[in-house]
Amino acid sequence: MTIEFKDVIIQTICRLLTPPIQLYALYVIAHGHYSPGGGFQGGCILGASFILMVIAYDIGEVKRRMAEKMNTIFCSLGVIIYSGIGAICLILGANYLDYGILHKILPVNPVRARALGTLGIEIGVGIAVMAVMISIFLNIASGGEHEGALE
Amino acid sequence: MSILAIIFILTGVFFFTTATIGLLRFPDFYCRMQATGKGDTLGALLSLTGLALYNLHHGFSLPTILVSIKIMFIAIFIFVANPTSTHAITKSGLDCGVEPFTKEEVIR
Repeated sequence: MTIEFKDVIIQTICRLLTPPIQLYALYVIAHGHYSPGGGFQGGCILGASFILMVIAYDIGEVKRRMAEKMNTIFCSLGVIIYSGIGAICLILGANYLDYGILHKILPVNPVRARALGTLGIEIGVGIAVMAVMISIFLNIASGGEHEGALE
Repeated sequence: MSILAIIFILTGVFFFTTATIGLLRFPDFYCRMQATGKGDTLGALLSLTGLALYNLHHGFSLPTILVSIKIMFIAIFIFVANPTSTHAITKSGLDCGVEPFTKEEVIR
């Protein structure tokens, strides 16, 4: 049974609430290393804001804002940021993901370098989780066809 | 300040209680959605306002005011999102053909 579900109240509220939700996701990512939260949780909230748009509008609207090509690029960009920071530590002569060694290339002391390295990792994880969440949801919701409204 | 916070929280808990009683005792889907939608929104709003005031009772410094502002952001978010979700659930119920409770069912 297909139900036409276009509701002006839900669409307006979802459009108004999406930017605060995304801002809150960035807050969770940025505060991940000294309060509850982190890359995975923030990425999940970012992905959930796009899923809210899919539910309120349709899949085409979200694909216009976040194309499948960009989504795939983000997906691998997050992994590259994560493993790239780890590999830089490896190149500089420490263990994999041992951020303290980053003070050799950053103009800060080792403690600060460790905090910055963690922030970089969190950003990479957040981007990857957001892209994978959107990709999984679009593929499951549309049966792999990536078009039409939700039924 | 503490007395004001206690009054707010107790009023909020009262509205939560009435919403829960309505959810358990009302006869059909629409009545229950109405009870929970209104009662939960007002209860959460009052409880969170009470918590924000209680957070300030140690004194006004920058961290406590910041925490209170965050709590009020949560209250505003619930104030916008809760009626909308109630509306969405009720409208989808109406579209799927859930029958409203009418006088005939009482007589029958």
